[in-house]
Amino acid sequence: MADAKVIPFDEDSRGRRGSGRHRPGRGRTPAPGRAADGVQPPLAAVPEDGAVPQPPQPGIPAQAAGGRPVEPPAGEPPGEPRGDLAAAVGAVADRVLGGDWERKVASGLAFLRRRVTGEYEVDEFGYDAELTDQVLMSLLRPMFGAYFRVEVRGIENIPAEGGALVVSNHSGTLPLDGLMAQVAVHDHHPAGRHLRLLAADLVFMMPLVNELARKLGHTLACAEDAEVLLERGEVVGVMPEGFKGIGKPFADRYKLQRFGRGGFVATALKTKVPIVPCSVVGAEEIYPMVGNSRTVARLLGLPYFPLTPTFPWLGPAGLVPLPTKWVIQFGEPIPTDGYPPEAAEDPMLVFNLTDQVRETIQHTLYELLVQRRSVFF
Amino acid sequence: MGVGKVVLVTGAARQLGGRFVRRIVHDPQVARVVAVDAVPPEQDLGGAEFVRADIRQPVIAKVLAQHSVDTVVHLDVTGTPLGSGGRTQVKETNVIGTMQLLGACQKAPTVQRLVVKSTTSVYGSAPRDPAVFHETTPVKSLPSGGFAKDAVEVEGYVRGFARRRPDVAVAVLRFANILGPDADTPLAEFFALPVLPTVFGYDPRLQFVHQDDVLDVLVLAAFDARRGTLNSGTFNIAGDGVLLLSQTARRLGKPTVPVLLPAVTWLGQVLRTAGVTDFAPEQIRLLTHGRVVDTTQMRDTLGFEPTYTTAETFHDFARSHGPGLLPPARLAAAVDRLAAAVPPAHGKEQGPWPTPR
Repeated sequence: MADAKVIPFDEDSRGRRGSGRHRPGRGRTPAPGRAADGVQPPLAAVPEDGAVPQPPQPGIPAQAAGGRPVEPPAGEPPGEPRGDLAAAVGAVADRVLGGDWERKVASGLAFLRRRVTGEYEVDEFGYDAELTDQVLMSLLRPMFGAYFRVEVRGIENIPAEGGALVVSNHSGTLPLDGLMAQVAVHDHHPAGRHLRLLAADLVFMMPLVNELARKLGHTLACAEDAEVLLERGEVVGVMPEGFKGIGKPFADRYKLQRFGRGGFVATALKTKVPIVPCSVVGAEEIYPMVGNSRTVARLLGLPYFPLTPTFPWLGPAGLVPLPTKWVIQFGEPIPTDGYPPEAAEDPMLVFNLTDQVRETIQHTLYELLVQRRSVFF
Repeated sequence: MGVGKVVLVTGAARQLGGRFVRRIVHDPQVARVVAVDAVPPEQDLGGAEFVRADIRQPVIAKVLAQHSVDTVVHLDVTGTPLGSGGRTQVKETNVIGTMQLLGACQKAPTVQRLVVKSTTSVYGSAPRDPAVFHETTPVKSLPSGGFAKDAVEVEGYVRGFARRRPDVAVAVLRFANILGPDADTPLAEFFALPVLPTVFGYDPRLQFVHQDDVLDVLVLAAFDARRGTLNSGTFNIAGDGVLLLSQTARRLGKPTVPVLLPAVTWLGQVLRTAGVTDFAPEQIRLLTHGRVVDTTQMRDTLGFEPTYTTAETFHDFARSHGPGLLPPARLAAAVDRLAAAVPPAHGKEQGPWPTPR
């Protein structure tokens, strides 16, 4: 799929680096996250597949949308790569745009070969790492980079190794916020970590959805699965508000709902992993839920049936989310390893920690909202 | 008991029972093997003593007393009928047979050890269940019928027996789907179909255990525990790793036909009536939601390491059945030809794509 990009013909990228010729993609930003491997702060949200084909004009920054930290390569004049930084950026751009496209084709075919013969691995939760990295993430990335222009902050608060429990607010009628958080961690974390989301049982009842969710590494939100994943040292993402959060009316936006029964805190205490609060701004406005048809919801067996200004009225077109500007901020981790082993059984402590996490997220949300200039920019 | 064990094996006329009997009959720890089944075995039992007895009848108590049996290995808990006889007979043998056998064991003072074959389908399979079942996971939705329900009932009787005869070491082995070159399980029948019907929109996770590993672990459970291990209790037995149904179909080289869930239920009924396959409701649930069990207890407590992983078990099964309509080797060759058409570059290696792992 990535083969459809602008492909610089013939030359081997590495040989070309000093030539000073302008080549497509110079004006574009390098791939976020792992591709950059510490070359630049991996904070910018970048469309990789979404905004591809236009041959970039020299000097024009990669994205028109403002409100984003400065991206070093955007302002760099084309040609004359100077010094180490330029070389590194060139290498990154090559990797993204396919300096050696033959190898890309070969690896694409190798991927195809593994898929048609079934010779790939999934873990016991059904997580298909290869499919997620090479296909599903590329499908989500345009939405992440070009559509919602997600800005990721504080990604370093997720530890580079060992388990961590990312606790996030939940909003947006459809759980796009979870998927975007997953892309954020996947593409921006310097250690290339994967966020394993815990999802409602409804997800695993729906055909196709359950299949994709399992392949993306999601699993049922229950203490057993969360514990297994955390003990294995995975980063687990949970939205304790559940349906109360995602299905709340538009008037209640950015008001955190009750955080369940604090089961996530008990699990974190039991497995002694830090809790990373995560605040997502922008997801509340993608489908402004002005009403809820309880009758239809009951008929369909859903927890809520949203009525938005567009949704049932425009048919499938109503499913297009509004292109809001998102910020995902990961907060300071709250350590849990200082508590005695029996702490998970202490309801008082569990409630206090739950409140602490909830307050942190709520405050961060308010701060981010104050800083926000507009819903869409 | 220095003279060696007297082992009674039920279900000896079946593949698994027969193989188990042959496996232990020359074991130095064993003095005698008494093989029991309602029908005479087709395969050679390797010199074991065959007693034709229906475990649903009280005669089994006499057999126990006559031979002073000290180890009972109850393998006659199965999902498929042997020869003629429908589901009713299978259920009777599973449930009434177990009750009768356990009643006889309770009255037999010589019995020291009981091993019962069970299945991981006792956990059911539902979207509300955790992804990985432990031996202690509370079951959210009990199986509504079929072999799975039999197994739940059998386990219930076994627990009752263990309470009444605390001096008997009881091991319940919950096997994942047993596969191998000559396993005769419903899932093996399913994979033998030329085209695999699947449930549209679901790609279940499956776990297999190799028939040879099944024998090994039965031997481990039937004799005295090795030092540092404990072989009484309930254990999940499964090979490492997981295969998705889509993967198994590709590895077998069989096309799949996704069918909507309501239609699958109907199709299963039709196939069952036609006698093509035993597509029981619990099989459909397995092929919808999948099932994976945790095997930590098997490793740490029972001290058993399966020789075959899930993937290796499946490979062994696939090899013995020959490729299907879309042999993976041919598909791979097609891709290779495509690759050869691409101008050769720097050799084929793992790509420049960000491939984190």
